[in-house]
Amino acid sequence: MAHSITTVSKIETAARGIRRRVFAHTLANNGGYLSQACSAAEILSCLYGGMANLAPLLTPLAPRTFDGVPNVGRKGAYHTGAEFHGQPDAERDRLIISPAHYALVVYAALIESGRLTEDSLDHFNEDGSTVEMIGAEHSPGFETTTGSLAQAISQGGGIALARKVRGEPGKTWVFMSDGEFQEGQTWEALSAASYHGLSNMRIIVDVNRQQCDGPMDRVMIIEPLSLRLQAFGWDVTVVKGHDVPAILNAGDVEGSKPQVILCYTDPAHGIPLLNERAPVLHYLRFTGAEERARYEEAFKEFAHGA
Amino acid sequence: MALEIVARPHQQNFIDWAADKPEVVVLSADLTNSCEVGRWRDTYPERFFSMGMAEQNMMGFAAGLAREGFEPWLHTFSVFLYRRPLDQLEMSIAYPALKVRLVGFLPGIMTPGGVTHQAIEDIAILRAIPNMTILETGDATEVETVLDVAHAVNGPVYIRMLRGEVPRLFPKNEAFVLNRARTLMDGEDILVLTSGICTEEAMRVLPTVQERGVSVTHLHISTHKPFDDPRVLTALRRAKKGIFTLENHTVIGGLGSAVAEMMATNGVGVPLSRLGLQDTYAHGASQKFLMKEYGLDARALVTAIESRLGTSLAIDDSEIAEGRTTAVHSSAKVEAL
Repeated sequence: MAHSITTVSKIETAARGIRRRVFAHTLANNGGYLSQACSAAEILSCLYGGMANLAPLLTPLAPRTFDGVPNVGRKGAYHTGAEFHGQPDAERDRLIISPAHYALVVYAALIESGRLTEDSLDHFNEDGSTVEMIGAEHSPGFETTTGSLAQAISQGGGIALARKVRGEPGKTWVFMSDGEFQEGQTWEALSAASYHGLSNMRIIVDVNRQQCDGPMDRVMIIEPLSLRLQAFGWDVTVVKGHDVPAILNAGDVEGSKPQVILCYTDPAHGIPLLNERAPVLHYLRFTGAEERARYEEAFKEFAHGA
Repeated sequence: MALEIVARPHQQNFIDWAADKPEVVVLSADLTNSCEVGRWRDTYPERFFSMGMAEQNMMGFAAGLAREGFEPWLHTFSVFLYRRPLDQLEMSIAYPALKVRLVGFLPGIMTPGGVTHQAIEDIAILRAIPNMTILETGDATEVETVLDVAHAVNGPVYIRMLRGEVPRLFPKNEAFVLNRARTLMDGEDILVLTSGICTEEAMRVLPTVQERGVSVTHLHISTHKPFDDPRVLTALRRAKKGIFTLENHTVIGGLGSAVAEMMATNGVGVPLSRLGLQDTYAHGASQKFLMKEYGLDARALVTAIESRLGTSLAIDDSEIAEGRTTAVHSSAKVEAL
C-alpha cells in the first residue's frame, strides 16, 4: 500500500525532530548517544508514526518518578514504560525496544509522537527519574528490561507466541541493533520464532554497522545478514534506513514466515560532522572546547535546516 | 526402614494437576522424557512448546508468555536452568518477578552424568537472586504437592525436583507447605537439618543415634528461600551440643550457609557442622557411591556427630538401615543419567 505524502512528511519531520532533540541534549550534557539518533531516527519515527499499530494517547504522559523495582511482595501497582504505548489490545501491536542504550533516541521519538511530555529530557539520567540513560522497564517506552542485549527478541518471541495461541491479530515488533546479531541468543530466538511459525512477529534492525569498539567489521562480522536470516526461516526486506516510504512499505509485508526489516543506516546521517570521529561513533564525548564549539556551530545549521 | 517407592511420581500427577489450569504451559529443552513430561506433552500438545537445546532463549520466551498471563513450567536438568542462562534468568524473569516455574531435575550428585550434569551450587547462586523462591523436594509426597506451592507464588520459583524411583518419606496427606520445616524427631542435645535426598539418609541413622542416648531434633527443610521459618529458629535456640546440616549441594551458599546466617543473626552460639560437598566438584558415578565419597550419607552424619560430641556412638554398618539403591538402569528412568 502506498503511504500518503502527508504521512511520509509527518514522519520525516518527526525524524528531524528526534535528531534535533538528541543533538541539543548532547550539547547540553557534554555527551550522548548521538550517532544512534542519526542512524535510527527514521526507523523510530516510522514505528511511532503508525507503522506499529499502537493505541493513541489523549495527551502526552509525563515520566513517573522511580518508585521501586518489581518485587514479589510489592505494595501498590507497578507501572512499566508500556503505558506510553497506549492501552494494549488484541488488535493492536506491541513494540519492544531491544537496544536499551538507544533510550535517549526512544524518548525523543516518544516526544515527537505526542506520547511523552516535551520537557521530559530534562530528567534524563537525573537521580530518581525513570528517564534513565539505559532504559529499564520503568522507563518511558520500555515494555521489558533489555539492556543486556539480545534478550528482547526472546521476550518478544514469547509475547508473540502467547498472542498467537490466543488468536490475537496484533503484531509484536522488536526494534534491534545490528550488534545484537553477534549474540548466540539472537540466533536461538530466530530459530524458535521460525519453528513456532510466529508470522505475527516483526523485527526491525538499525544496521548502522557500529558498535562500542568501532566498526562492526573490525569487531565481529555478521554479514551476510540477509542471507543468514533467510537461512533461519525469516522473510527479509532490506531497505535504506533513512528512506521513510521504503521503511513503511517494508512494514506492510505479510507472509507465512516471521518478518525482518534490515534498515541499512548512516551513523552520521544529518550530522556529517560526526564522520570526523570515525571509526568509533558509539558515544560522543567532546574532546575539548574546540570540538564542542564546532558541534554547537553544526547544531545551529542543523536546527536552521530542521 | 521399609519405604514405599513411587515410580515417576511427577509424570501422571502433573498431568492431573494441570487439567483445570489452562494457563499452565510447559517449555522443554530436549529433555522431555527425561523430565517425566513426555506424557504431559502428548496429553496437552497445544500447551507444550519445544524450545530445543537453547536455554537462554527459552528463558526469554517463558518471560514473554508469563507477561501475557500464561504460567510457564520449564522442565530440564537443573544445571541447564541456572548455569548457561543465568543472565537471561535474572534479567528476563527474576527482575520483573514473573510467574515462571523452573523445574530442575538431577540436583546435586544424583547423576552419573558427572560435573556437567550435577547442579551442586544452584541453591547458592539462586539464593542470591532477588525475587526468587527456592524449593526442594525430598520425597514422593513433596514431588506431588510442590506444584500447588509453586503455583501460588507471585514470582519466579525454582524447584529441585526428584524423578524415577522416589521414596515416600512423608504421609501422602501431609502436603508441602511453603517455608515450613517438617519436624521428624524432637530432642534437645543436637539439631540436624537436612534437605532433599539427604533427609532419607539422616532418617536411616538418627533413631539409632537417639538410642545411644543423644537426644535429636531432626528438621527436614524444603524451602530454601524464603528462609525465615520460626520453627527453625526455635530449634536452633534449643540445641545444646551441636547443630548439623546435611545437603546434596556445596556447603557454600546452601542450607548450611542459610542456617549459619540465621544463627549469627540471632546470636545462636552453638557449633555448626556443615556436611555436603566441601567446596569441590564431583564426578560421574552412582548416587550411593558419590554420597559416600563426598560425605553426604548416614555414616558421614554419624561421624560428624561423634566428632562434635567427642565420643563414639558405636554404630556399626548393620545398624544403619539398609540403603535404598536405585539401579542406574532402573526402568523408572528413560536413560541411565
